[in-house]
Amino acid sequence: MKNKTLLDKKALERTINRITHEIIEKNQGCGALSLIGIRTRGVHLAQRIRDKILDVEGISLPLGILDITMYRDDIFKLKSPVLKKTEIPFDVNNKTIVLVDDVLHTGRTIRAAIDAIMDLGRPNKIQLAVLVDRGERQLPIHPDYAGILYTANPEEEVLVRLRELDSKDDVIVVKPQ
Amino acid sequence: MKILIKNGRVIDPANNIDAVLDVYINGALIEKIDRDIPEKKGDVHVIDASGAIVAPGLIDVHAHLREPGYEWKETIKTGTMAAVKGGFTTLVCMANTSPVNDNGSVTEAIVEKARSEGVCRVFPCGSITKGLKGEELSEIGEMFKAGIVAISDDGKSVKNAGLLRMAMEYVTIFHIPVISHCEDEDLSKGFVNEGRASLLSGLEGIPSIAEEIIAQRDMTIARYVNSHVHLTHISTRGSVDAINQEKRRYKQISCDTCPHYFTLTDEATLTFDTNTKVNPPLRSKEDVDAIKRGLKNGTIDIIATDHAPHDLTSKDVEYNLASSGISGLETAFSLSLALVREGVLSMKELLEKFTINPARMLKLPFGTLTPGKPADLIIFNPDTPWVVDTKEFASKGKNTPFQGMELTGKNLLTIVDGKIVYRDKGFGR
Amino acid sequence: MNWDKKDLLGIKGLSREDIILILDTAESFKEVSQREIKKVPTLRGKTIITLFYEPSTRTRTSFEIAAKRMSADTINISASTSSYVKGETLKDTAKNLESMMPDVIIIRHSMPGAPHMLARIMDASVINGGDGAHEHPTQALLDLFTMREKKGKIDGLNITIIGDIAHSRVARSNIFALKHFETKITCSGPPTMLPPYLEDLGVKVEYNIEKAVKNADVIMMLRIQKERGGISYIPSIKEYSTLYGLKASHLEKAKKDVIIMHPGPMNRGVEITDEVADGPCSVILDQVENGVAVRMATLFLLAGGDG
Repeated sequence: MKNKTLLDKKALERTINRITHEIIEKNQGCGALSLIGIRTRGVHLAQRIRDKILDVEGISLPLGILDITMYRDDIFKLKSPVLKKTEIPFDVNNKTIVLVDDVLHTGRTIRAAIDAIMDLGRPNKIQLAVLVDRGERQLPIHPDYAGILYTANPEEEVLVRLRELDSKDDVIVVKPQ
Repeated sequence: MKILIKNGRVIDPANNIDAVLDVYINGALIEKIDRDIPEKKGDVHVIDASGAIVAPGLIDVHAHLREPGYEWKETIKTGTMAAVKGGFTTLVCMANTSPVNDNGSVTEAIVEKARSEGVCRVFPCGSITKGLKGEELSEIGEMFKAGIVAISDDGKSVKNAGLLRMAMEYVTIFHIPVISHCEDEDLSKGFVNEGRASLLSGLEGIPSIAEEIIAQRDMTIARYVNSHVHLTHISTRGSVDAINQEKRRYKQISCDTCPHYFTLTDEATLTFDTNTKVNPPLRSKEDVDAIKRGLKNGTIDIIATDHAPHDLTSKDVEYNLASSGISGLETAFSLSLALVREGVLSMKELLEKFTINPARMLKLPFGTLTPGKPADLIIFNPDTPWVVDTKEFASKGKNTPFQGMELTGKNLLTIVDGKIVYRDKGFGR
Repeated sequence: MNWDKKDLLGIKGLSREDIILILDTAESFKEVSQREIKKVPTLRGKTIITLFYEPSTRTRTSFEIAAKRMSADTINISASTSSYVKGETLKDTAKNLESMMPDVIIIRHSMPGAPHMLARIMDASVINGGDGAHEHPTQALLDLFTMREKKGKIDGLNITIIGDIAHSRVARSNIFALKHFETKITCSGPPTMLPPYLEDLGVKVEYNIEKAVKNADVIMMLRIQKERGGISYIPSIKEYSTLYGLKASHLEKAKKDVIIMHPGPMNRGVEITDEVADGPCSVILDQVENGVAVRMATLFLLAGGDG
């Protein structure tokens, strides 16, 4: 098995910085924004984006954590699904929400996440930020902010590793033997 | 028909025999037991019993044959087929049929049916009270003339001690025992033994004292009126202790227990398997140990089956609603052989409790291989392993908690009245 | 830690980890119950049957709300409307229900082991909603959930259970569950209501209620089971109330932050005074709310996944 590195530590940081700046630029500042990270790695990415915005703009954005398990369309195919808490400590009504996840692939996770957010209220706008867009969409979903594009083979796995969980920062492609 | 059984280990507790001998049966009687009986020419059927044990046919003092009235649960035919498969050549069948065996004509009907369809000897037990209602005495004399060997209201106790006293006095003219089912009904509103297991399962418990109080009462009455009482399916430590004490000062007391009371504890009920529901209930480990001690020191004279066959529907319901009982004839002896392997009893002592002791209790001329006596005997191998499979039961009752269990020791051949009535697949062929 | 069981028949058979998994999962579902729109699509298309052979408002409603909040379809069958009264056996009822292809069946029955029998017959997951004096697992789980929520932990708690323990499935399930944690359990009530061998379960028996509540973190009151003939175990309801009714004066002997629990329905003025039931220490209504979350969690664990 040979792993390919898509982003190393430095590149990962630069990519997150760029996404952050794009968010600020596109929304002409970010006073009205709220961030929601999708468990598990989307949460840590959202935290980094929030920290960066605090650095650059001096604004601390509200951050929510979303567990999409209850909304998955494959819930009856999973061996034994594990549910974690959803914690969104703000009212989503009329907000512009930036949904953050690590890898965008089929789009099914994002569909579930949008449904989950809509059950909590009626946001004004939902934007999507992902670190890697690996293509092969099965639903009409498009990211507003994508770190990198990498068209992976179906058997390849794109892994985002973050220091908060994996004790290192990088993005790699794992090819099965 | 002449049968010569060669080279078996012959154990006849009544005559204190335990040796490799040949047994010669002529017609319905045992003619001779000796070393190396020559094979005469002619119509002698020779059976090689090498490596097996030859013993008197087993006698069960407590079985339910369900006929008349509950033929879907068992008949005299299927019940006796199960009996000979399990090594029994004589059965006492209890009175809780429909109609109840409380008068001479019911007894006659059972005796007649047993003669025409039974494959082993069947002796009815009459009821103590009419309709088992505990209110007035059954026609004991009429039943005695028709062939009963004991009286019992098995299934419950005679609640009225005055009435029981009269029954015990009355039967002394016939010299037959009163078989007591010991259960105080006010104390036994439950379904399983009252103990740690009932605490865990939430099933209402039956305390051991429900049995012990009546056991003591019935022995006290028997002593007072000088009658023979036989306490059946004894299951608790307190009963064993009380019988042991009482036997020291009064002789006409005998008792039996059943294999499930020394094989299983009330832990077996925790699965809610209704096949573990039996009355009296499966007891605690302490009780099981006491039963074994009672068997070893002779307090318990007899091992009975309490064969209680039921149809599937009677058991395939909630535990509380299920009928009580175990279909026991086909597993009782094999389960009991474990007592020999555990060192609780010698093979001779075990056979005593299945043969000569019940014969003496019922004053029947069976249970021994004495020449001149009826040729009722079995050949069994105490080491043959087999797996209990109710699909192969001869009994209609498939209700047993021992389904799927591997047992050691198997009956191979049963002879009743000089005729081979059961032969295990493959034995002697 | 993953869930791998088909049924929830009792606390017996669950490990400490199983219990914690259910409680953790219930925390996620509690959030759903606090939303404006209390519905998630998780069990869409699943059929859940409640089969109740005993009257119950709380448990049945709680399961039904739990199922509906997860978008499952629910069917309620009660003994009065089912053919049970016409003499159909539980086995036949089970076979008939099976042909309706339910995913989960919640059964309440007056006889211990009835859910176990159902589970042996049916492919559907079976949840014991209370079987006689045996078990009531979801009640114990919601009680533990409430304790953990109020006290921050279960380990280290002193729990006093007062009342008719002999006939209480709630007490049994709670004792089985609490024994998985470092708890001290004291049972109190008249001797006729405390079953023999109770101490073998590792609980302390204290007939004097004043002593039993001393230093308690949790006092759990049980209802007098009138329908199970509980009345004959005591001379009179009035006398029971005098000896074992929980009064405000008892709370002074317990820990300052003691919580009072009751599985309901309460016999006010019998096992508990109004003052205590409605007082600041009472968490009785929290128990009801948490019941929905815990039942959502059990339904999710049993009906979710490919199991």
